[in-house]
Amino acid sequence: MTAINRNRNHNEAPLVASDAVNEASRIHSRPRTAILIIVGGLVALLLSVALSVSFGAADIRFATVWEAIFHHNQHQQLTQHQITQHQIILELRLPRVLGCALVGSSFAVAGAIMQGMTRNPLADSGLIGLNSGAGFALAVCFAFFPGLPYLYLILFSFAGAAISAALVFAMGSLAKGGLTPIRLVLAGVTLSALLTALSEGIALYFRIGQNLAFWYAGGVAGTRWLHLKIMSPWIAAALIGAIMLSRSITLLSLGEDVARGLGLRSGFVKLAGTIIVVILAGSAVSAVGAVSFIGLLVPHLARKLVGMDYRWIIPSSAVLGALFVILADLAARTVNSPTETPIGALIAIIGVPFFLYLANQERREL
Amino acid sequence: MNVIGLSPEELRKRRRNSMIVVLLAASIVLAFVLSMNTGFIRLSPLDLIRTIFGGGTRQQNLILFDFRLPRIVISVLIGAGLAVSGCIMQAISRNALADPGILGINAGAGMVILVFVAFYPTAAAAPAYVLPLLAWGGAGIAALLVFAMSFRKHRGLSSNRLLMNGIAVNSGISAVTIVLILRINPQQYQFVATWMAGSIWGKDWSFVLALLPFILILLSYVFYKALTINVLSLGNALATGLGASINREQLLLLAAAVGLAGSCVAVSGSIGFVGLIAPHLARRLVGRRHQILLPATALSGALLVLVADTLARWALQPTEIPTGIVVAVIGAPYFLYLLVRSKN
Repeated sequence: MTAINRNRNHNEAPLVASDAVNEASRIHSRPRTAILIIVGGLVALLLSVALSVSFGAADIRFATVWEAIFHHNQHQQLTQHQITQHQIILELRLPRVLGCALVGSSFAVAGAIMQGMTRNPLADSGLIGLNSGAGFALAVCFAFFPGLPYLYLILFSFAGAAISAALVFAMGSLAKGGLTPIRLVLAGVTLSALLTALSEGIALYFRIGQNLAFWYAGGVAGTRWLHLKIMSPWIAAALIGAIMLSRSITLLSLGEDVARGLGLRSGFVKLAGTIIVVILAGSAVSAVGAVSFIGLLVPHLARKLVGMDYRWIIPSSAVLGALFVILADLAARTVNSPTETPIGALIAIIGVPFFLYLANQERREL
Repeated sequence: MNVIGLSPEELRKRRRNSMIVVLLAASIVLAFVLSMNTGFIRLSPLDLIRTIFGGGTRQQNLILFDFRLPRIVISVLIGAGLAVSGCIMQAISRNALADPGILGINAGAGMVILVFVAFYPTAAAAPAYVLPLLAWGGAGIAALLVFAMSFRKHRGLSSNRLLMNGIAVNSGISAVTIVLILRINPQQYQFVATWMAGSIWGKDWSFVLALLPFILILLSYVFYKALTINVLSLGNALATGLGASINREQLLLLAAAVGLAGSCVAVSGSIGFVGLIAPHLARRLVGRRHQILLPATALSGALLVLVADTLARWALQPTEIPTGIVVAVIGAPYFLYLLVRSKN
């Protein structure tokens, strides 16, 4: 049995490589659709931000939203009611919506990079365990350094995600024959189970139990301007890095042999890609907790729409991811108002059927 | 069981295996005594013995018979139940990584129980014995979903798909549970969270009585079917050749496994990894014959949960951590080790 397999692999390897070289010259992509999606997505993003800001436990009219954002200091004769509304908008809803957008882009782009680099259709920072690594680091911070400023908290979050990534890679290199998609997911799920268990243990012991839900369900309710100010430079830098790297990721997605044959320094690209993924996942988790499935769902959608070229997949994923999380958050707030449905649970309910679809595709035996 | 026809070597092996089973049982007794001693209020071994034989003070009686003993008995029962359930699933799917927790069966049972508790916040008012029955429903539906999706005509059960679908169904059901509970009764959120972390919440004798008959019946049925499991674990083609009516036997055994997992989860909270580690450990110790493997699995599972529960009470005193956390901390690294070592 193994002999046959080896034989087949031996025959297949050069064949696949030459196919891929042919493909490399004409990578299937649709730039016009991509530009349409990015531009249209940005417009939709603005609309959904407006919608999301005006909806909520207290409904606020669009005109008030507009006024609050652009003329907050110009009208001196505001009624008490209007001032409250302006404060709700500026201090609670706006940072929350912008936080959703940032988190959505981060998770989506992180997923896209990982799927491209590892050629694994199921790569997602949540499924692979990076998110729970960051979550664990946060639990440690809450327990041992209570009141640590967010500026440092986010660094711990990066470290946690990085440790998880290192663990998963180590398992990949220790395992006989590397990690197939299914084994990678199994390793990630188990690692998540372990780290979540440890986080819970810490949370219970140090009586930060009211945050326990954070690790299960995620929450964007706590996002403030301060968080955005610290988070956004990291995410912006990582997104720019991702776009700069996108050409190399396209090459890697054709297979490592091909990429190397075309003169790519694959080791460097993989390292850079991993660092970007860790920064993106780490900052997103520090804001909302370990939410999975965004990084799985959005890049697949983007790939369906714009083709296989990561120069288009990555920016489209960023836009679509932001849109997706804003809408999910809107739904989470309105479905069961005034109680908020945890956004992580809501996204999982959307994400699971899609994951099932991917895992059960006939042509791909995982 | 014709012992006369066996070679001396085989005989020696069997004697060794029986010894191992006896040793496992002895360790359970030891863990039992240690666990009785462990807790916020210490009882010396002498006090313990005196109390067991009816000579304790009222306080000692209360601690031992009303608090510690039922919980210990429940730990032993759910350990055995979950472990055997995992062992059957591994044999039938011929996948060493199958486990009722990973396959989403625990989550299915949990969802029903949690919704029930959220609807009737005074769960004590409802008779405890309905809980396992309810849990069966949830576990059965989850199992049906996972297995039906992993089944392909002409190719049978794909074991990799089984795991993937299990993981997916597991996280889907957990998410639905959170949303449902919040809709019904937001105050129950903390209960749900600790439940999902795997804290044994059935703590008195009524839960023991609710669990015991189901576990005994299902375990004896499964032990009785040990030979069939041996044959099934060889693979469909071979099993048919040996004259087993595969579909029927598989279905019955699977139902038994689901029933075991469901009843355990009904009183235990979501404890994962037991159904994975215990059979592996037992297989290492006594080999692959299910006549001896099943009892050894049940004992190792019981030992594992008992030790984990004792640690959970002892480790971070006076706080009590959910048992599931301790099991996960022991179990997850072992699973990863298996994953890395196994050839696809």
